[in-house]
Amino acid sequence: MSRILTYREALREGLDEELARDPNVVLMGEEVAQYNGAYKVTEGLWNKWGDKRIVDTPISEAGFIGMGIGASMLGVRPVMELMFWSFHSVAFDQLVSNAACVRYMSGGLCNCPIVVRGPANGGTGVGATHSHIPEGMFAAFPGLKVCVPATPADAKGLIKAAIRDNDPVYFMENTLLYGTTGEVPDVADGDHVVPLGVADVKREGSDISLIAHGRSVIHSLAAAEILQSEHGINAEVLDLRSIRPLDVDAILKTVRKTNRVVLVDESKPFGGVSAMVAMLIQEQAFDYLDAPIKRVCSIDAPAIYSPHIEHEQLPNPRRIVEKVLGMR
Amino acid sequence: MISASPTPLDFASSPINQSLTPQRKIELYTQMVRIRRFEQAALKFYNAGKMAGFLHLYIGQESVAVGTISLGGADDHFITAYRDHGHALAVGMGMNECMAEMFGKQTGCSKGKGGSMHFFAPDKNFWGGHGIVAGQTPLGLGLAYGLKYLGREGCCLCYLGDGAVNQGAFHESLNIAALFGIPVVYVIENNGYSMGTSQKRSSAYNGCLAQRAEAYGIEWDVVNGSDVYEVRAKAHIAMERARKEHKPTVLEIDTYRYYGHSVADANHKKYRTPEEIENYKNNHDPIMVFERKLLEEGVLNDDLVKSINDAAKTEAAASAKFAEESPAPTIADISTDVYWESDNNTPASQIGQHFFND
Repeated sequence: MSRILTYREALREGLDEELARDPNVVLMGEEVAQYNGAYKVTEGLWNKWGDKRIVDTPISEAGFIGMGIGASMLGVRPVMELMFWSFHSVAFDQLVSNAACVRYMSGGLCNCPIVVRGPANGGTGVGATHSHIPEGMFAAFPGLKVCVPATPADAKGLIKAAIRDNDPVYFMENTLLYGTTGEVPDVADGDHVVPLGVADVKREGSDISLIAHGRSVIHSLAAAEILQSEHGINAEVLDLRSIRPLDVDAILKTVRKTNRVVLVDESKPFGGVSAMVAMLIQEQAFDYLDAPIKRVCSIDAPAIYSPHIEHEQLPNPRRIVEKVLGMR
Repeated sequence: MISASPTPLDFASSPINQSLTPQRKIELYTQMVRIRRFEQAALKFYNAGKMAGFLHLYIGQESVAVGTISLGGADDHFITAYRDHGHALAVGMGMNECMAEMFGKQTGCSKGKGGSMHFFAPDKNFWGGHGIVAGQTPLGLGLAYGLKYLGREGCCLCYLGDGAVNQGAFHESLNIAALFGIPVVYVIENNGYSMGTSQKRSSAYNGCLAQRAEAYGIEWDVVNGSDVYEVRAKAHIAMERARKEHKPTVLEIDTYRYYGHSVADANHKKYRTPEEIENYKNNHDPIMVFERKLLEEGVLNDDLVKSINDAAKTEAAASAKFAEESPAPTIADISTDVYWESDNNTPASQIGQHFFND
C-alpha cells in the first residue's frame, strides 16, 4: 500500500525516520529548527527532537559546513541544509577540498559521512545568484556522491540511503517540486530506501529515450505524453536519480532499446551531466544510435529574472517536444 | 575579564610544569630534537630530489607542537594545516611512516596519497595535515562539536598560522565556537610571516592577533614560544577551560621559522634580514632555551644532550632509508580510498559506476 505525500513531506518523513534510527544523526543549517525550515522541509522536527538534534546555525556556510565535516570525521552523521545550493560558493573550499579529499589524502584512515542537502534549481524568479544548478559540477569531484530526486518516493528513499552512506553525499532537491505529490510506500510496509546509483525508468517507451534528472524528469514525462498523443511517438523516460554513482548500465540499456536519445538537463550545456552522459553513450553505445544525440539544457546565460521569460530559459515540455520532432 | 598575561612569570614553577618528572622533561626535549633532526633529514632528501611538492619546515617552532600536545590525554584531539610534521611526531607518529609519506611510498601514513602537507593518524587523535590556509579551522570546530555531541570528554586543539587569521573561515569558526560553546582551542603559530608577507603588511595588526577573539567574547592569550614551560602553562589553562567549561580560547604563540614558507621560498632572506634570523637562532631557539634550562636544572648533561641528538639523527637517517627502500604505490592504488564503499565489499558497492576512466 502507499499514500499520497508531497515531495516535502516525503523528505521530512525520511529525515524523521533516520533521526529515530540513529542517535548520531543531527540536522543543522540556516533556519532548520525554530523557523521550521526556509522551505518547511524540517517543519516540526525541532519540536519533536529538540535543540541537540535539530540545530539552527548562523548564516555562515564555510563555518557550519566545515563544522559538519569535522564532526562527521569523529563519527557524528550530520545532515546539513543549505538554504539554497546556490550558496555553495561561500563554502566551496569545505565542500571540495575537505569533504571530497579527506578520505583520499588520509589513505582511507578518515571517513566523512556527511549529507549536504537543500534546493538546487532555477525557475523561482530569484535571479542569477540564487538559481545555480551545481550537480554536474560537484559530480566532477571524485570522493563526492550526488543525487537528485524527482518524485516524493525517491526523495524519501534516497535521503535515507544518503544518510546511511559512509561518504559525503550532496543531495539536491528542487524548490518547485516541494509541493508536488506522489505515491510513497506506507511506513508499515517496511524501510523504504532507494539505493544510490540506480536509475529508474519512469515511463516505458520504444521510439526514443529521454534521459533526465530532477525536475527535468517531470518535464520529460509531460513531453512524452504530448509526443504520444499528438505525434504517435512512444518515448521512454529514464530518471537518473543519482549523478554519482551513475547507473551507466541503465543508460546503455535504454539507448540500445530505442536507438535515439534526447538528454534533458536543467544545467547549462557546457560541461555538466548531459555532456558527460552524451560522451558515455558515444563511447559505449555509438553503434546503436540511429541519430545524433541531442540535448535540452538551460539557455547558456546566467539565470534571467523576468517571470515572463524564465521558463523559456529552462527545459520545458515544449522545448523537449520540438527537439524530438527536429530529429525526425 | 579578557587580557593577555601582563608580566613575565616563572612558568617552570606552574603546577602543570612542576608535576613534570625529570624523565618526562627529557622526553619533551627529546621530542623537540627528534622533530628538528627529522626535518633536517627531510630537507636533505628533498634537495636530493627524493620528494615532490612542497616542504614546509617547522624548524624553530618545535616548542609549540611538543608543548601543547604533551598536555593531551586520550580524549583530546589535534588538527593542523600544511606545516604538520612537528605535530605528527609529537602525537606519536613514527618517523618511518612520515618520511615514507614524503617520499610518496606505499608505507607512508597516507599510502603516498597525501604527501608532506597531509599526514593523518586518527588512531592517535590526529586529524591532519590540511593544505588550504584556514580550511582546517571549521574542521577543528567540528571535531570539538563532535566531542560535545557524543558526550565525550576532551577538547580539540586546532593549529593555524598567522596568515590564516585573515580568512573568513577562521572568523566564522570563532563565531560558532563562542555561540555554541565548543571545546576548541585555536593555536595561532605566529612565525611573523604569511608566506613572504610580514604581518605588518598583511594583517590589520596592533601588536597582537589573538586579541581579535575579544570581538567574539572569547578568552585569549599571547605566549612566548621560546619557552616550552610557558607554552604548556598557558595551553593547559585553555584546554581546561575547553574540557570543563566547553569554552573556546585563542592562543597566539610567538615563534619563528628558520627557513622560508616552504623550501621553494628561496628568497626568505630578502624579506627578512639575516640578523633577524641569527638573533632568533642565538637567543630564542626553543630547543636551545629548553636545553639550557634543563642543564641548569641538572636534568640534562652534555653527554645526554649528545646521545639524544645522535639517536635522533640516526633515527631520521634510518627513516629515509626505510622510505627509499619502500615500494611506490601502483597504478591500481590511485583508485582506492576515494569512496568508502568501493573499498568495502558491500551490496551498495556493486550499484552504479563510481569512476569514469577508459
